[in-house]
Amino acid sequence: MKTINKYSASSMLIHWAMALIILSMLFLGLSMVQSLAVWQIEAIALHKSFGILALVLVAIRLINKVVTTSPALPPSVPKAQALAAHLTQVGLYASMILMPISGWLMQSADGRHVSFFGLFTLPSLVSKDIETYAFFREAHGLIAYAFLLFIFMHVSAALYHGLIKQDGVLGSMLPGKHK
Amino acid sequence: MSKKITLIAIITLFALTILYFTGAFNSDAVTAQRFVNLQQGEQAHAGFRRAHAKGICLAGSFESTGELAKYSQAKVFDLGATPFIGRFSIAGNNPTAPDLKAPVRSLAFSITTDDNQEWRVAMNTPPVMAVATPDAFFKQLQALSPDPVTKKRSPEKIKAFFAAHPESAVFNNWKASYKPTSSFATEQYHSINAFYLVDENNEKHAVRWIAKPQLSDENIQPLNNDSADALQLQLKDQVAQAPVKFDMLFSFATAEDDENNPTVLWPQSRKTINAGTLVISSLQAQEGGVCADMNFDPLVLPTGIEPSADPILRARGAAYAESFRRRAKEVLLNN
Ligand code: HEM
Ligand code: HEM
Repeated sequence: MKTINKYSASSMLIHWAMALIILSMLFLGLSMVQSLAVWQIEAIALHKSFGILALVLVAIRLINKVVTTSPALPPSVPKAQALAAHLTQVGLYASMILMPISGWLMQSADGRHVSFFGLFTLPSLVSKDIETYAFFREAHGLIAYAFLLFIFMHVSAALYHGLIKQDGVLGSMLPGKHK
Repeated sequence: MSKKITLIAIITLFALTILYFTGAFNSDAVTAQRFVNLQQGEQAHAGFRRAHAKGICLAGSFESTGELAKYSQAKVFDLGATPFIGRFSIAGNNPTAPDLKAPVRSLAFSITTDDNQEWRVAMNTPPVMAVATPDAFFKQLQALSPDPVTKKRSPEKIKAFFAAHPESAVFNNWKASYKPTSSFATEQYHSINAFYLVDENNEKHAVRWIAKPQLSDENIQPLNNDSADALQLQLKDQVAQAPVKFDMLFSFATAEDDENNPTVLWPQSRKTINAGTLVISSLQAQEGGVCADMNFDPLVLPTGIEPSADPILRARGAAYAESFRRRAKEVLLNN
């Protein structure tokens, strides 16, 4: 098998697009549940639409992951670090999937519609029930914090590779010529 | 070396950004969480609403006159009847408070039409707010709260608050002249905040509405003044006799009215349309009742009704969600 040291262009595109959307979603989510400002309603509507977009993107991303080859970590990375990187990745993928789904379920459980940018309304996933609402509302909040932790670890590790180790790990997700 | 510093700087900045968005640094801002903390008081009543905790569930039918249909695309205003569920309540965070001590009474309802569009409404007895922003409302509640030590309200604090907020004059005038009625069924309930009706041509009409009782105190069942549940008991007797009805009167703003300011009254002369009648035909205790599990968030609106930019109205969504989140979690964990 040919060894590669870069992600495919499609993988890079979807990685960076989702990174942007998800970080914005996390920060918007945290702000809007506290805010009493006049923009709160529009923020919630945007949050739901972009959240559904993220769900679509994660589905595409999973397919893309199966059909493309991901570069392996360089052999210089110690076993423990490689394991940590792997676990962080699993956490990132799990959060990416569970965040939008818990959001949609939470809205369904309070009988609220989820509109996709005003274009169409998504079906309700569960019937209205306060305990179901509580479960998915708390899940949405808890997974968000886990997600932030995974992202923090992921970003720190990527920068460590890029700035200190300079072993091509960061470059593998960046366009252009890198080692 | 400088690379290490760059790395540490970026990571620290990222961590601080995350903390910033979690609200770690804005201890002064009035957030939904701080608002609900204030409303629930020192000892929250687990499983209950943090405001308007005591109430009774109701069900009935909205009989639309069809007269509002040309101003709004919402199907609920087409001629015909749509079932609804709702809730009468009293203001305050105590689910066992004496009914007759409450300064404010309320009526909330939720109607879903067959096109699956829902309209949630929460109305109060005052026609206006004392203040126009959530920050000022927070300070008002703080001023009205009893001192944690003496358990007494401070008249000086209250006086100082209202003196600093001359816009509260309309509210205080109303308060001075308001006499609570002898029944939930004879009060008049107000939307207070304005909304837009959106018609077929996508034109917006700023409106407020009131639920005006068809009954008056002269022709109702007696009230037992000694009972803590006086209003609920009276209502049960009343509904047992005949359905309790309210007319939904919508008044339309003119260019002179500011639909984003909930502290001012609109003149009586404004065009008013009777959209239909709320016919309340059955009641159910809050404990185990359908309305206990509802969040009457006034920002859940059907196509054809939109929120105004009133800062009070727009603050309600996040606050109701926070209260709903807390009690929903308690219901889940206690069952
Ligand atoms: C990538 C996807 C998503 C991310 C990263 C995300 C993130 C967040 C975060 C961080 C919060 C604040 C949680 C808290 O402080 O407890 C939040 C709240 C919320 N999210 Fe999401 N979310 C996503 C998708 C969705 C989707 C798809 C929906 C609905 C269709 C949704 C609906 C909501 C709602 C309604 C709230 C506010 C809940 C409340 O007011 O109590 N989210 N979200
Ligand atoms: C910034 C202003 C306001 C805040 C922060 C606020 C806050 C709250 C909260 C936290 C609840 C409990 C929600 C729940 O757990 O379901 C509530 C309930 C309620 N509020 Fe407000 N409120 C505000 C303004 C108003 C106004 C202007 C009205 C009347 C027009 C109103 C009428 C009601 C009613 C009727 C209920 C009880 C609804 C029910 O039966 O469930 N509120 N409010």
